Amino acid sequence: MPFVYNVPFFSIILCMVGGIVTPFFRNRRLTQIVNACLVAAVFAMSLTLFIILLSAEDSFTYMMGHFPAPWGNELRAGPLEALMAMVFSAIMLLSLVGGMRGINDDIRPTRIPLYYTMMNFLLSSMLALIYTNDMFTAYVFIEINTICACSIVMAKDSGMTVVATIRYLIMSLLGSGFFLFGVSILYTITGHLLMSNVQQSVIALAESGQYTVPLVTSLGLMVLGLAIKSALYPFHSWLPNAHGSSTTASSAILSGLVLKGYIILLVKMCYRVFTPEIMASLHITEVMFVLGVLGMIMGSVKALRETHIKRMIAYSSVAQIGYIFMGMGLGTTVGIMAACFHILAHAFTKPMLFLSANGLVDVSGHQYEMKALRGAARRDILSGIGFTVGALSMIGIPLFAGFAPKIFLGIGSMESNFHMIVTFLALALSTLLNALYYVPAVVAFWSKPKQPQAQVQEAGGAVLHREMPKRSVFLLSSIGVFIVLNFVLGIAYGPIMQMITTGLNLLG
Amino acid sequence: MEVILSHYYDIASVILFGIGFFTLLLHRNLIKKIIGLNIMDTSIFLFLASKGYIFGRVAPIVSEGATNAELYINPVPSGLVLTGIVVSVSVSAFLLALAQRLYKKYKTINLDEIIVLAKKEEE
Repeated sequence: MPFVYNVPFFSIILCMVGGIVTPFFRNRRLTQIVNACLVAAVFAMSLTLFIILLSAEDSFTYMMGHFPAPWGNELRAGPLEALMAMVFSAIMLLSLVGGMRGINDDIRPTRIPLYYTMMNFLLSSMLALIYTNDMFTAYVFIEINTICACSIVMAKDSGMTVVATIRYLIMSLLGSGFFLFGVSILYTITGHLLMSNVQQSVIALAESGQYTVPLVTSLGLMVLGLAIKSALYPFHSWLPNAHGSSTTASSAILSGLVLKGYIILLVKMCYRVFTPEIMASLHITEVMFVLGVLGMIMGSVKALRETHIKRMIAYSSVAQIGYIFMGMGLGTTVGIMAACFHILAHAFTKPMLFLSANGLVDVSGHQYEMKALRGAARRDILSGIGFTVGALSMIGIPLFAGFAPKIFLGIGSMESNFHMIVTFLALALSTLLNALYYVPAVVAFWSKPKQPQAQVQEAGGAVLHREMPKRSVFLLSSIGVFIVLNFVLGIAYGPIMQMITTGLNLLG
Repeated sequence: MEVILSHYYDIASVILFGIGFFTLLLHRNLIKKIIGLNIMDTSIFLFLASKGYIFGRVAPIVSEGATNAELYINPVPSGLVLTGIVVSVSVSAFLLALAQRLYKKYKTINLDEIIVLAKKEEE
């Protein structure tokens, strides 16, 4: 076995050890440095794994402990998993570095090591969701992910965040309950928990036509559970508060990564537990398609009516999750490829939007309302550029990251007329709606403040700092890296799509 | 009728799941929500444990070298139940801690009232 095959296990265990060790640090600076090094190490390992697996077009299963296939626990990695792990650790690092000042301001100093503990466990559980080959392990790590995600919401210790946390936790637990029931039913009809063994049984069941009702129930419950946790449209009610009220780094990571961890598990289930054909024959993809389309439109409509900048960005996440589910609901390979690409595009864009919004809010006297932010981009140029790039990418302008997935969604929908008409209409309408709330925001940020500063002060009712707060080098550099990555994703989408295709082919 | 009689464990667990689910989703009282969560999780454990049990067999504790698999029940679901209980206990503890925190702050455990109070505080 090549040594590089140990990478998935090493990166999961490294984050866990980091999480256990971090609370013993008393020094905030040391905590932050150690944490950054850990995440960077995970990134470097995943990058190596990705390059090796991609060039060899290789995938492997890794035995945990010494029990062979039907009994033991396994990890599984291919180019797609390695790519996702690499992207997740990179965005985690950028968000934590960029949101560092927010963390220092919002969280009590004694709690900061605990916050990083939760971040470490969060990364480790997301990596485990990406790499796992076992349904029950997936459930356990879903729960760990839930607990960590909720605690990073409540790290900013105000009444509103605790309320947001409890609502988030309740919805998440409903989702976990569904998922666990689904896994239980799947176990009782197949007798296995490892994905590859379950798949053999499921294919046999589907061919013989036995147990169709339990199979549909189990798949439906699992998809429903994951959909609740990734805030698909009718189940999104927890998202705006949880993402809008927490500290910047938490918002960025929750929107950019936590929602996607569950979706990647769903993609993996789609290929490794069921097959895309079985998913389509059980009509689950159609439900996902309809809910995805609804989410694309309703998320944008809700965002249009929002005046709180962070809640607006949070509602935009609901719309983007709709895109991803619609791609998976098309039931074609190109559709799932587009969904995977959109996971990347959204993961690179949304944290940047949250970080830039934080920069803009900082120079406007910590006001979150849109009207108080008028002209903010003139005061903090790089944050302004970051927000503009993010907004254009979310609208789907060519050269930006959000453009390519829309094209591929269009291509993926062409196999059936019904899908094609609905997809094109939904894409057009959703692009229009995105433009309707992002463009006025961008224009307002860059235009001259209409009223003198003093009046803004009175209208906001808060004290505006006369002198500019010192700009954070970390925030600026992380926004800069995000902008560059956004252009890379938007211009070089051909090769990246090629990598995703290779990964998906090896996943099956 | 025969189906109901032979699957009474499944039916009981689905009914309990429904009760727990709607209590967790709809009840305004935080403590009752947590009770609902526990009912929901326990119903799944009932389902799993009943699926692992085979009538007339015993727990797979190998004594005196008796390794005939025909004598024993399936131990995997029991293991899953144990793991599930651990998870359920931890999330219950987390929810209880949050509920306590909200009660200390707002002196009520009605979630609707808490949301109104928190919104007022924000403004």
